Amino acid sequence: METFFFFFFATLSIAAAIAMITSRDTVNSALFLVVNLVAVAGIFLLLKAQFLAVVQVLVYAGAIMVLFLFVIMLLNLNSEERFFSEFRIKYGIAFILSVLMLSLLVYAVADATNTLPVLSPDSAHIGTVEALGDTLFVTYILPVLSTAILLTAAVVGALMLAQRKNSGKKES
Amino acid sequence: MDPLIFSILVMLAVVLLFMLPSAAVAVYAERRVSAFIQNRYGPNRVGPLGLFQPFADVIKLFFKEDIIPDKANRALYILAPMIPVATAIVTVAVIPFSEFVYITDLNIGVLFLLAVASLSVYGVTLAGWASNSKYSLLGGLRSAAQMISYELPMGVALASVILFAGSLSVVDIVGSQETWWNVFRNPIACIIFIVAAFAEANRTPFDLVEAEQELVGGFHTEYSSMKFGTFFLAEYMHVVIASMLITTFFFGGYHLPFAGYWLPEMGVIAKSVLDISVFLAKTTFWAFVFIWIRWTLPRFKFNQLMRIGWSRLLPLGIINFIVIAIILYYLG
Amino acid sequence: MLAEYGYVLMFLAIGCVFTAVTLLVAGLLRPNRPSPEKLMTYECGEEPVGSAWIQYNHRFYVIALMFLVFEVEVVLLFPWATVFQDMGWYAFWAMIVFVSLIFIGFLYELGKGALQWDKPQPQIPRYVEGVGVVPHHWKPESEVADVVGQPAANVSGSTQDTATE
Repeated sequence: METFFFFFFATLSIAAAIAMITSRDTVNSALFLVVNLVAVAGIFLLLKAQFLAVVQVLVYAGAIMVLFLFVIMLLNLNSEERFFSEFRIKYGIAFILSVLMLSLLVYAVADATNTLPVLSPDSAHIGTVEALGDTLFVTYILPVLSTAILLTAAVVGALMLAQRKNSGKKES
Repeated sequence: MDPLIFSILVMLAVVLLFMLPSAAVAVYAERRVSAFIQNRYGPNRVGPLGLFQPFADVIKLFFKEDIIPDKANRALYILAPMIPVATAIVTVAVIPFSEFVYITDLNIGVLFLLAVASLSVYGVTLAGWASNSKYSLLGGLRSAAQMISYELPMGVALASVILFAGSLSVVDIVGSQETWWNVFRNPIACIIFIVAAFAEANRTPFDLVEAEQELVGGFHTEYSSMKFGTFFLAEYMHVVIASMLITTFFFGGYHLPFAGYWLPEMGVIAKSVLDISVFLAKTTFWAFVFIWIRWTLPRFKFNQLMRIGWSRLLPLGIINFIVIAIILYYLG
Repeated sequence: MLAEYGYVLMFLAIGCVFTAVTLLVAGLLRPNRPSPEKLMTYECGEEPVGSAWIQYNHRFYVIALMFLVFEVEVVLLFPWATVFQDMGWYAFWAMIVFVSLIFIGFLYELGKGALQWDKPQPQIPRYVEGVGVVPHHWKPESEVADVVGQPAANVSGSTQDTATE
């Protein structure tokens, strides 16, 4: 049963990813990305990472993708061709970067196949919220606090950008 | 019988025998209560007291011609009405109806509810965008901004509920209210949650999404036939579910007031029957409040809506959370 | 544990299948006689002007960005809220500091007016001594005369308004 669901979610996420890249309409692309993220959340769930799975849906599919949709609608990128015609030079760089990324991934996957650890039955509790809370706020409290500073900086930075844009073309 | 097939049948029964009739009852109640408030008769011709009116409406919607505008994005236009109904039905899975009767008890139940709520934003937003009509787009955008804005106060209010329960499981949260309901222990979060629930369900005074005086029909301007019917169904399902969530998190779920102090031990069957009736009574009451408020209060303006969500409810919720955490840590 | 999530998945499946079947059945039952007028986008009976897919106010984007930041904060509150009573004072106050830090950033945003939605400026006619009721953009004659070299045109119109009242 678990294997079946793993293949179900894996196929779904890969299919959604391919559809996202090949889709002509940017809003359709964004929605395929939502499907992909939810399918990945399903895979997290099969790995017993409950908190991670739900955060994946809540933050990525729920918040970041709404932001993406807003940006797509804001920039009015209905025709993808028009968007890319303005960035033709970057095709080459994008190609090199994706080849690098792919080789890195292939290397990592090839390296890891023999070293998969055997999961003990206790590991089912690692993904629960309580276990995560204990680890996050006792062992890793400093990174969590720096996240807070980072988030605050992000808010202020985003505001600066938005306000500058606002004063630039007021009453447009 | 195979346990898997059996559980599927039970779930189908819950959905088809509980969710759909409750939505139908809510539609009927809305029309009767609004008629009562406005000193009219309301629907009273179809069946005794007009009880069959919802069925007549559904049959009418089934036979209406469906129109997909030429300029619309066809795939998304058809997909959009399915999203709110699916999210509404999924929500029921984690709500406990009784001490012994619940479908599933997730370790991360509360976050699951928030995640489903965050996905339901897509239904209305995509409907508005896919129609390619100006009214629909305005309605859809407003709804997206409104729903994400009120998700935060809702999340913070729920986080302060978790402080008392010490668990994200909805079953545990209801269990922790056996003696004291959360509305007594945490009244500010209760008010924030109720306001946010109204906003998430897109009900008056937060129904800017379909404000008929300015946006014709809002996000469903272009929708007709059963696709419109699906949105209509989803709206009333969300009213019922919001009532259930308010009951579950703040009004003790299936517990009678202070039940831990005086309620004697009972058998499983008797307790279940009592619990379910108490839960349904509370849910009905809150669904009534939803309808009552709709026909009593005027609609907010959009700037007021944003101001209430961001600069009133959210700071209030965060301060409430910190204060309760400190009190519980040093006194609890 | 996974079985619990299996129920959720089944509910999701039931929800999707239920709506799909409803729409499909309705599709079989209903008539279908489209005409160009029916398929036109509704715009109060007029011919629709352009597409609705246009650029809109960037404030929606700022709202979504703020939402994202706070969503991360709220999500981090939950694991802390489940275990905070068993933690030492250090971990407890660290989270309070975490929330306060983001809260300060939020107050900065509020102060900057990032979340203030545009309000239309009310254009209310006012009463001026000796002149009468004037439009909101009216200026005293002396100021206007300095710039343009002649009295403002709207003064005579406003005095007529006073007469009718």
